[in-house]
Amino acid sequence: MTTDVLIKVEGLKKHFGSLKALDGVTIDIQKGDVAVVIGPSGSGKSTFLRCLNLLEVPTEGAIYFEGNDITDPKCDINKHRQKMGMVFQQFNLFPHMTILKNLTLAPMKLLKLSKEEAEKRAMELLARVGLADRANSYPSQLSGGQKQRIAIVRALCMNPDVMLFDEPTSALDPEMVGEVLDVMKNLAKDGMTMVVVTHEMGFAKEVGTRVVFMDEGKIVEENSPAELFTNPKSDRLKSFLAKIL
Amino acid sequence: MPMELFFLKIMIFFEKIESFFRGLFSGELFDELKIKFINTFIDDNRWKYLADGLVITLKVAFFAVLLGIAIGFVVAIIRATNINTGKLRVLNFFCKFYITVIRGTPVVVQLLIIYFVIFASVKIDKSFVAILAFGINSGAYVAEIVRGGIMSIDVGQMEAGRSLGFNYVQTMWHIILPQAFKNVLPALGNEFIVLLKETSVSGYIALQDLTKGGDIIRGRTYESFMPLIAVALIYLALVMILSYLVGLLERRLRSSDH
Repeated sequence: MTTDVLIKVEGLKKHFGSLKALDGVTIDIQKGDVAVVIGPSGSGKSTFLRCLNLLEVPTEGAIYFEGNDITDPKCDINKHRQKMGMVFQQFNLFPHMTILKNLTLAPMKLLKLSKEEAEKRAMELLARVGLADRANSYPSQLSGGQKQRIAIVRALCMNPDVMLFDEPTSALDPEMVGEVLDVMKNLAKDGMTMVVVTHEMGFAKEVGTRVVFMDEGKIVEENSPAELFTNPKSDRLKSFLAKIL
Repeated sequence: MPMELFFLKIMIFFEKIESFFRGLFSGELFDELKIKFINTFIDDNRWKYLADGLVITLKVAFFAVLLGIAIGFVVAIIRATNINTGKLRVLNFFCKFYITVIRGTPVVVQLLIIYFVIFASVKIDKSFVAILAFGINSGAYVAEIVRGGIMSIDVGQMEAGRSLGFNYVQTMWHIILPQAFKNVLPALGNEFIVLLKETSVSGYIALQDLTKGGDIIRGRTYESFMPLIAVALIYLALVMILSYLVGLLERRLRSSDH
């Protein structure tokens, strides 16, 4: 069982001054999991996600990725980040590069792929999200939904072992949410391990293999989506669900 | 009475204008200009003072700009890194000191100090001293311009780069700096124009740049108008060419903003 643990989080704490954004989080992410993290704003779910690839440096606790403690200062975090794709709320595409350049930059510089290999892989993935014809566009020429699909492809081009999604649909116009969720669903179907922070309860129910409810920097409840949504145990989850459903 | 003096001056002024126009129509002025022109530029090959000076000015300005960019970018990256991450505190202290001193003292004084104090006991090429002085001076201004450019880039860009596995320096190089450079190009162009014109004080260390060349001609001919206007026109032409080139680069880099 433990051999399938991709990310192991132990007693994770993150303090911003006197604010305890994370107050002791312990969780295992198994290979193939689609873990959906939900919770009210300020509950620490984004901070939790950003700690997983050390964009936020934890105050306390340990994170093991594929068996290595990435909170150890001696560990080369850049190597591990290549295996952890991340998708941001604000897309964060590189505006000064074409889409194709956005997608091939990291594979060429970090994985040392040749231009041809990197572009071939990028074009395949672009075709899969239906944006092959935008390869030579610049990010500013795309809609929000298109940008986010490109951002997902950019992370996938590194061939990651896990994908981290930080509220990927929160900055989108409502009619564009669907196209991004579809890409994520297909990704989950292909067996990608995913950790998704989102407000899309539909996505959590349909695609999530497990749902994690966080509040005040702690994991309050964790269960399969069917169980968690229909049979919430804690009062906090009940009131949260009552507000949003 | 000062009042009478004032009227007298006005009358002389109008007389001058009158004679100017009379000369213009009789061709006298043209002849006079022609004589002055020959005296200033042709006799004794005096135009060479301007040509040689121009070469020196271009050489000093060009290498000083390169030095300024090199210093400026390094200092800017150190400063921005310190402000964003709190690291490099000692280096940042030296950078702040450098910027404070360089921006706080006149460039002529810096030039004189480098030539007469730092290199006092060494025989050294004056244009090298000028390149050093103007480069170091420009670096401080470039540093603050570029720092502003780096800090104007959304933090998400750094996070996106880092999350792909790039280290800090790689992210700076491939992602942050190209965008920052594009944003600060107009301000940098401005700085280069200022630098080009600032080299005109090179004469303080007896370096024969363009301005000094014109001044030497003035000393030889006792005629100020021709050489000084010529010098001014050459600077104007240089600055216009430089502005054009910066504008060209700007448009090329803007290709991603549709």
